[in-house]
Amino acid sequence: MSHRIVILGAGTGGTLTANRLRKAYGSDEATITVVDQDDQHVYQPGLLFVPFGLTHPEDIVRSRQRQLHKGIDYRQSPIDHVDLEADTVHLADGSTLGYDVLVVATGATLVPEETEGLAEWPPNVHTFYTVDGAARLEQALAELDGGRVVVNVVDMPIKCPVAPLEFCFLADWFFTDRGIRDRIQLTYVTPLDAAFTKPVAAATLGGMLDDRGIELVTEFNTGEVDGAGGKLVSYDEREVPFDLAVVIPLHGGQAYVGRSEGLGDELGFVPTDPATLQSTVKPNVFAIGDATTLPASKAGSVTHFEGDVLVENVRRFLAGQDLDATYDGHANCFIETGFGKAMLIDFNYDQEPVPGHFPAAVGLPLLKESRLNHLGKLMFQWFYWHALLPGRDIPGVGSHMPEAGKTTTPS
Amino acid sequence: MPTKTVTGVEVDVTDDGFFTNPDQWTEAMAPELAADEGIEPLTDQHWQVLRFMRSEYAEKGTGPTVRVLGKTSGVTVKELYQLFPKGPAKIAARIAGIPKPRGCI
Repeated sequence: MSHRIVILGAGTGGTLTANRLRKAYGSDEATITVVDQDDQHVYQPGLLFVPFGLTHPEDIVRSRQRQLHKGIDYRQSPIDHVDLEADTVHLADGSTLGYDVLVVATGATLVPEETEGLAEWPPNVHTFYTVDGAARLEQALAELDGGRVVVNVVDMPIKCPVAPLEFCFLADWFFTDRGIRDRIQLTYVTPLDAAFTKPVAAATLGGMLDDRGIELVTEFNTGEVDGAGGKLVSYDEREVPFDLAVVIPLHGGQAYVGRSEGLGDELGFVPTDPATLQSTVKPNVFAIGDATTLPASKAGSVTHFEGDVLVENVRRFLAGQDLDATYDGHANCFIETGFGKAMLIDFNYDQEPVPGHFPAAVGLPLLKESRLNHLGKLMFQWFYWHALLPGRDIPGVGSHMPEAGKTTTPS
Repeated sequence: MPTKTVTGVEVDVTDDGFFTNPDQWTEAMAPELAADEGIEPLTDQHWQVLRFMRSEYAEKGTGPTVRVLGKTSGVTVKELYQLFPKGPAKIAARIAGIPKPRGCI
């Protein structure tokens, strides 16, 4: 009997899952159908570089369908809803897809309309979390010759929690390079009580903001972005003035999740077991990447490491076996720090980012700026299209977090 | 582990004042815990939030974030900040006797 596997979303998680499953099953053993609403696969780590003219929209967008291996069915349509009881996906074009296993990989979406004043995107308010937004910001930064630049995270969770900090570091470099750094006041405004979620890395990153003369405002819960008045206003009525604001809006799951009874939580994310990646809403529903409720960063590296476990557990589920593959929360991020350098952090559910080397004692330096890490970050785009999405393993990088090169190991 | 005495009863708390064992909490403790946060008296609307926090914790094993509270408790985020000015999710969790909300990473 041939299994019917339907994967919603053809981004990082959906694509690598589809390709790996296609290798795991012969064409007579399973049909694999992938659904997405458009054919624009964005290399999202590249968005950070667009506002500074370091890369361009056309260089980071490719066809979704072309990243999928032969023998995978691609359906381009918005999703109307999933009927969990009937194991059926209803597409916006009226057609339906029945499934034996459903994989939700539709990521997170931006919901600026949940913050007063943000949905209109006033002329002095920007974001780099979309291709169009990043391109619009590039123009604004090129024209800016002084003033207060504020980078604001409205609330967690957001995709790639280090990206807003990287933006600050790159902005410091960009304005220095243009010879106008002394006329720019840079401020990072976060709802967290420190620069980052994890204490050791937060201390390092906070120190790096300080070294660069970037002001840090913490525990700021943005209630309103007032473009005309040029200020952020928090719910507890504090204000941060700006001439140009770079705002990372609230995130949620995709709208169809909200329309699918029982599939998502209050924010539209799919409740998912953090070890097995099976959803807790129904056994034949799995989820990967930003679409889940996992207590891990919403980031491509997390999605990549989840892929191994997800594919193995889908295979086990369809074979009627217990799910015993487990994901440890492994995340790995290059943090661009400006001036041709970058830092690398590597962590999981239990182990926070610490200094050392990755993946072993001889390797890339961890939690420390270096040129090698910057090259690593640049090279990663090649790996993304040519190794990660096709479902190949990256040499020396497994899905579980390595401990060998770290200065402290999990207790 | 630190302890603190509320309504004459010793309870286990963390360094920043969150209950580690929600079963040690009783509704009678809430007014005293609220007063420690500078909130008195507790209104019906405060209680609506506190009871919601308790039931969410019982169901999900963690207290809700401010954003989820705003969407689901029947009290808007703006009102939540009026009720618990210095951070609704944390303050309400301390008064409701549940551990610090895990929030998001």
